[in-house]
Amino acid sequence: MGILVKNLNKKFGDFTAVDDVSFEVEQGKLVALLGPSGSGKSTILRIIAGLEEPDSGAVYLTGEDATALPTQRRNVGFVFQHYALFKHMTVAKNIAFGLEVQKRPQNEIKNRVEELLDLVQLKGYENHYPSQLSGGQRQRVALARALAPKPKVLLLDEPFGALDAKVRQNLAGWLRQLHREVQVTSIFVTHDQEEAIEISDRIVVLNRGRVEQIGRPEEIYDKPLTKFVASFIGHANVIEAIVQDGKVLAGKDRIELPVSHALSESGEAVVLVRPEDIVIAKDASASELSASIVGIRYRGDVYELTLQMSEVTLHAVEEKLRYQQQNWGIGDRVQLHFNKFKFFYAEEGHDAIRERLHSLGYIE
Amino acid sequence: MGGDALLKISVFSYVGLLVILPIMVVSFQALGTGWGQIWADVMQPSAWFSLKLTFICAMAMALINAVTGLAMAWVLVRYDFWGKSVVNSLIDLPFALPTNVTGLMLVVLYGPVSMLGKYLKIHGIEIIYAQPGIVLALLFVTFPFVVRSVQPVLMELDKDIEEAAATLGASRFRTFRKVVLPHLMPSILTGVALAFSRALGEFGSVVVVAGNIPMKTQVAPVFIYGEIESYNPRGALAVSLVLLICSLVTLILLNLLQRWGRERGT
Repeated sequence: MGILVKNLNKKFGDFTAVDDVSFEVEQGKLVALLGPSGSGKSTILRIIAGLEEPDSGAVYLTGEDATALPTQRRNVGFVFQHYALFKHMTVAKNIAFGLEVQKRPQNEIKNRVEELLDLVQLKGYENHYPSQLSGGQRQRVALARALAPKPKVLLLDEPFGALDAKVRQNLAGWLRQLHREVQVTSIFVTHDQEEAIEISDRIVVLNRGRVEQIGRPEEIYDKPLTKFVASFIGHANVIEAIVQDGKVLAGKDRIELPVSHALSESGEAVVLVRPEDIVIAKDASASELSASIVGIRYRGDVYELTLQMSEVTLHAVEEKLRYQQQNWGIGDRVQLHFNKFKFFYAEEGHDAIRERLHSLGYIE
Repeated sequence: MGGDALLKISVFSYVGLLVILPIMVVSFQALGTGWGQIWADVMQPSAWFSLKLTFICAMAMALINAVTGLAMAWVLVRYDFWGKSVVNSLIDLPFALPTNVTGLMLVVLYGPVSMLGKYLKIHGIEIIYAQPGIVLALLFVTFPFVVRSVQPVLMELDKDIEEAAATLGASRFRTFRKVVLPHLMPSILTGVALAFSRALGEFGSVVVVAGNIPMKTQVAPVFIYGEIESYNPRGALAVSLVLLICSLVTLILLNLLQRWGRERGT
């Protein structure tokens, strides 16, 4: 067993940062802690490293209870968002720091530093200072420094958060590859769901200090268990609706949505549909929903269409080829069909959901 | 373009007249007497003693200030406590006070007629009209230098480098010595150098606290004053030249230090 976190709780004043969080990371796996800011993901990581003390709960590292151990004795590698390199030391000295603390023999340190420079592809940079390196290079030095003492686990706190989009993508792919080589049990924290889906073996989705769902990226994306996960992972259209007489009615005009559920309860509800699950057709004879195209954006690989269905706005994507065949234009009337959707009762009411999605940046 | 040139010329002439000219005049006056004469004047016992005393006291002050200034800056940046902003603004008080007022305060506190002074005297400790008084006065008037040069650097120092050191197994002491201190070193040395050169020339507080006893408590600036008063400008010039050179050397070292700090990106 790599890492086990049991019933962690942590409050900062009145704010509950971590709320009864438990999860397990198998030996050698790379797991993402994914959530919006304030979801407690960084706090959990810092508790695992011993940089923060939990109010209650336990942390096990490779089977041993580490809850009471100080950071120094946990043998974890930690990578910070802003690199946290020692600026007055050369790259080689930075990487050697942990080994020198352990008082390893000089020639062993030298060999290990060379090994790591090789691993992070920074050979020839050993005598550079951090200020002479690019952001991506700095983060690779930080990673080498963390890996040098052969830690039991590797913890990465938004490791690509301070980098440009392009560098971030390269580095994320590279981290995936590196992890396959090194095979050290790793947790990385991110708010970027694409990053999490791309490089992790499993994802722990967090919201407001609680675990919403744990699973493989495919499970999280295709079978979200909660409406938070459904809306946070990937893009989703959020349609507010009410349930009446077993029918799901959207918006002020009460458009009946083709949501086939056996619905006995009345009340407020939310239907989530991903843009790629909306199929649009010109054929007006189809029985379902009708809308008009009010916006078209070219996104390079796809076209993004903005659709107006009465006062409900929806986003859909069309592949280039199909888009060109259909020759869509603004003002066209189209028929909609939802390939897949998720239905949730809105226990807290629409306003609460809207507020939450707004705070996450999903709606304006 | 014409306006730029005019401004430049005006500024340069101003600095020239205000700063460089007096320095040159003193230097030439002193050098005019010949190197041999200067050497003889500097080596004259009371002159040599005053210079030695000045340097030893300034050194002692610099060492103490490096430690206490760092500790003060650390407490102000790293801890929150009631009255912090008051303490923070009090740091600059020594700069604002007339230095002979500083001297007077120390005399009132530690002098032979004060309670504390009497108590210390019984235990054989003399502060006022003695050398410890000089160091005390210098410590007081230069206190802000180290604190104020370290404080901003410490504030910008991210806590995550200390956390990084901790995750790599380093103890708090090792982290301080190997990670934090090297980051602060340029700013500590800058503060110390400024305090040191200020201490070389300190007159007002020292003359009140230590008096003017040749071969006992007479520091170089006080010696210079005494020589001028007793119509011996030659002795004054020789000692002045030594102080001038020392200040210049300190200044150059300071510049090198700051460049070093910048190059290391700290």
